[in-house]
Amino acid sequence: MLGYILKRLLSAIPVLLGISIIVFLIMAMIPGDPATAILGSYATPENVEKLNRDLGLDKPLFKRYFIWLGNILQGDFGRSYSLNKNVIDEVIERFGATLILAGTSFIMCSLIGICAGVLSSAKQFKLTDKLITFIVLLGISIPSFFLGMMMILLFAVHLRWFPVSGMWPIYGARDLTALISHLALPASALAVVATGVIARLSRSAMLEILRQDFIRTARAKGLDEKTVIWRHALRAAMVSILPILGIQAGFVLSGAVYIEMVFQWPGVGRMLVDAILKRDILLVQGGVVFVAACYVIFNIAVDVAQHLLDPRIKA
Amino acid sequence: MIGFIKLLSRNRLSLAGLVVIILVIFTALITPILPISDPDVIDTKNRFKTPFTTDALLGTDHLGRDLMSRLLWGTRLSLAVGFCAACIAALIGSALGIIAGFYASRVDNIIMRGIDMLMAFPYILLALAIVAALGPGLFNALIAVAIVNIPFFARNIRGVTLGITHKEYIDAARLSGMTDTRIIITEVLPNVFPVIVIAMSTTVGWMILETAGLSFLGLGSQPPQADLGSMLGEARAALITSPYTSVVPGAMILIIVMAINLLGDGIRDALDPRLKSGVLSSPRPRTLVANYNEAKNLDRSELLSVSKLRTQFHIGKQNYKAVDGVSIYAKKGACLGIIGESGSGKSVTALSIMGLVSSPPGIITGGYVNYKGSNLIHTNDQELQSLRGNKISYVFQDPLSSLHPLYTVQKQLEEAIKAHQPVSQEEVYQRSIELLKSVRIPNPEQRAKDYPHQLSGGMRQRVNIAMALANDPEIIIADEPTTALDVTVQAQILSLFRELTRERGLAIIFITHDFGVVSQICDEVAVMYAGKIVEYGPSEMILNHPAHPYTSRLIGCVPELGKGKRELASIDGLPPMVDRLGHGCAFAPRCEKTISECLNNDIKLKNINANTQVRCLKPEIHL
Repeated sequence: MLGYILKRLLSAIPVLLGISIIVFLIMAMIPGDPATAILGSYATPENVEKLNRDLGLDKPLFKRYFIWLGNILQGDFGRSYSLNKNVIDEVIERFGATLILAGTSFIMCSLIGICAGVLSSAKQFKLTDKLITFIVLLGISIPSFFLGMMMILLFAVHLRWFPVSGMWPIYGARDLTALISHLALPASALAVVATGVIARLSRSAMLEILRQDFIRTARAKGLDEKTVIWRHALRAAMVSILPILGIQAGFVLSGAVYIEMVFQWPGVGRMLVDAILKRDILLVQGGVVFVAACYVIFNIAVDVAQHLLDPRIKA
Repeated sequence: MIGFIKLLSRNRLSLAGLVVIILVIFTALITPILPISDPDVIDTKNRFKTPFTTDALLGTDHLGRDLMSRLLWGTRLSLAVGFCAACIAALIGSALGIIAGFYASRVDNIIMRGIDMLMAFPYILLALAIVAALGPGLFNALIAVAIVNIPFFARNIRGVTLGITHKEYIDAARLSGMTDTRIIITEVLPNVFPVIVIAMSTTVGWMILETAGLSFLGLGSQPPQADLGSMLGEARAALITSPYTSVVPGAMILIIVMAINLLGDGIRDALDPRLKSGVLSSPRPRTLVANYNEAKNLDRSELLSVSKLRTQFHIGKQNYKAVDGVSIYAKKGACLGIIGESGSGKSVTALSIMGLVSSPPGIITGGYVNYKGSNLIHTNDQELQSLRGNKISYVFQDPLSSLHPLYTVQKQLEEAIKAHQPVSQEEVYQRSIELLKSVRIPNPEQRAKDYPHQLSGGMRQRVNIAMALANDPEIIIADEPTTALDVTVQAQILSLFRELTRERGLAIIFITHDFGVVSQICDEVAVMYAGKIVEYGPSEMILNHPAHPYTSRLIGCVPELGKGKRELASIDGLPPMVDRLGHGCAFAPRCEKTISECLNNDIKLKNINANTQVRCLKPEIHL
């Protein structure tokens, strides 16, 4: 097992290098001169040239890449000029907030999605199934940012159940209850689409399993239907549901950008959008590389979990 | 194409989606000639007018612009951008996919590694990075969305291309001296084109949503130009005071994406042949009983008696009468064989007893299964469940697929015991080891920890039998338990079954297609053909003196060791389809002794001596 984890981690190295190359190349495509952008259009040519030398921009592209790579490996992602702060500090702080939001959402969509899918498959063609299928269709069609706005309108403005936006109350204690009440709306809005997708794919994974011979054996043994569905069938279906969860985690992380804008959540997505609008390239670069790297690691964890779940792969 | 549209139209929701999407596209196309006001004319005196209060039908936005007009122009823009992004992604992605698939090996490796890199990003990060580099703007957002979707096309198209590059017509084209470019254009492209179109139709909704999202973030279309996303983004500031300015564009996105999704589902269903036949339906916990005619219980003295059982499969409009009035009896300490070709209804008979026929499509429509005075077809679910695996248990054909792949042998055995007996964990473990010993599995403590895939075929079937024995059953129904095993293992399993009847006094119903097996373990045998029993009696009698022509032909198919050189017989023709059986004997078309009466009336099962029944007008009677 340990060997497998090690092997997977090693195989992540080329992927991470690839990601860094892609991000570096995209950023190198930026038209115009970063030095001019930093110094403003009234800067003297001498100053621009000096800054270019300081930033290492006079060197050839591949040399610049290795210098940059060496720096980020030491945790130096540069300095954000718009925030006047080290990029890595800002990214880690913001990513924490995103993790709370996306993580909660991910747990919600996994649990609800799988349960809905299992119920739907067990009651195939019955009212429950049709109802779930319809709700799922609605869920995967609604843009999360629109849904978030409507939820604010209904639950925060009209019913006043939850705060309108933000992560913490402006006044008052920053405790768990405050966090949960702030988290409820954005996490639900973010979870809806992924819940729909997971429910849909869990349903078909379950349908595939339910007609297998070993389900008939379980029934012939006289097990009750609950055990047949939730233990035998779901356990086997998890093997194909797990990779779906891994993919959906990426979508939840992506959707978080919109939800963070709608709910003013101080996450990494909002930071990136602000940074793009302010042309703070180093912040964008650092944020994208950091989050993408975390996503790669997460996917390795999903692979390992899959490995643990299916004894047939071990052999 | 017409068939496809017919299939699509069967799904009413998809049809509704198609109608909606055509309406939306049509409106978007004619927007420039509609008599509506300019979407960009600012009129600050008339800000935030609610719908239906002024000339502007849907009210006005924060700058007093006509929302109706902005909605129509915005929809037009969103559709155009989504469609363009889909086209670009399809063009580049498919090109990469075709090249990778066509040249394979190294080229494929390089391209696909690159694609994998792109897929390692959560999609929006990549889109944001691209927009950051190119700068905000609708065209740049379009490019970002297109690039993010390239991997999807590249992967799909590569797979399809890889599948056809080894086809004969490609080889023929190569041999005729065509250049690679020409082969790709004239041979490969036409074959992958449908896949490209389908992939586009399923992703265009996504791309509309994604570009709307980037515009919503302020990174797409820039004022005053507005697509649906940026309309929503601008309206967000006034969400609480004038919610309708948000609802209008938001609802429009919802409608478009939902219609496309509905249509996409319909297309997928219409193209997936598996869904048409209803294979992807999950069987209920118990076979459905419908239009049920309870038959009279013919016999109360035997352990288990099945009377006039009727089980049918309803698939589409067809009605397959898989089991058509079968009566059998299981006796204590004896083995009853049910023999027949595939499709004769022997397995369905066995599975019907405990309601294990897959349903849908299976339906029990008549009969009486008597076990200790109650009709198993009509007992409540709980009672049936308490008998399953307890008093009456099953052993199935494929020993591997019949075991749960992810649970150990021990867990599956313990579960079988605990389903019917409240025993302690300690005891249940001891019992499961004993069970493994009783089916002669060597080293049971070790094997108990194994997963099914780690065992050999014979061991697996022994585990299945151990599981069937877990609660000291009175009856074991074995559905071709030796068919999937090789001959030596087959003999061992058969001797195990023989022991069970002789020593434990079990009743066994043994389904098989092999008269060799019948001769080894069965006391009685029922021969089935097209859902009916054609001959039923003591197996020794039937083996030596078959009365029905089908039985004798079937016995003729068994090779005999050491009985000289004999031409191995076979029966010409195929068994009839049980959905369109006419009157008369079902075997008549393949029989050599057919007379006109055989074809006219249904033939009854008649006793030819005290123990043997035959369904034939001209049985071979041996005196």
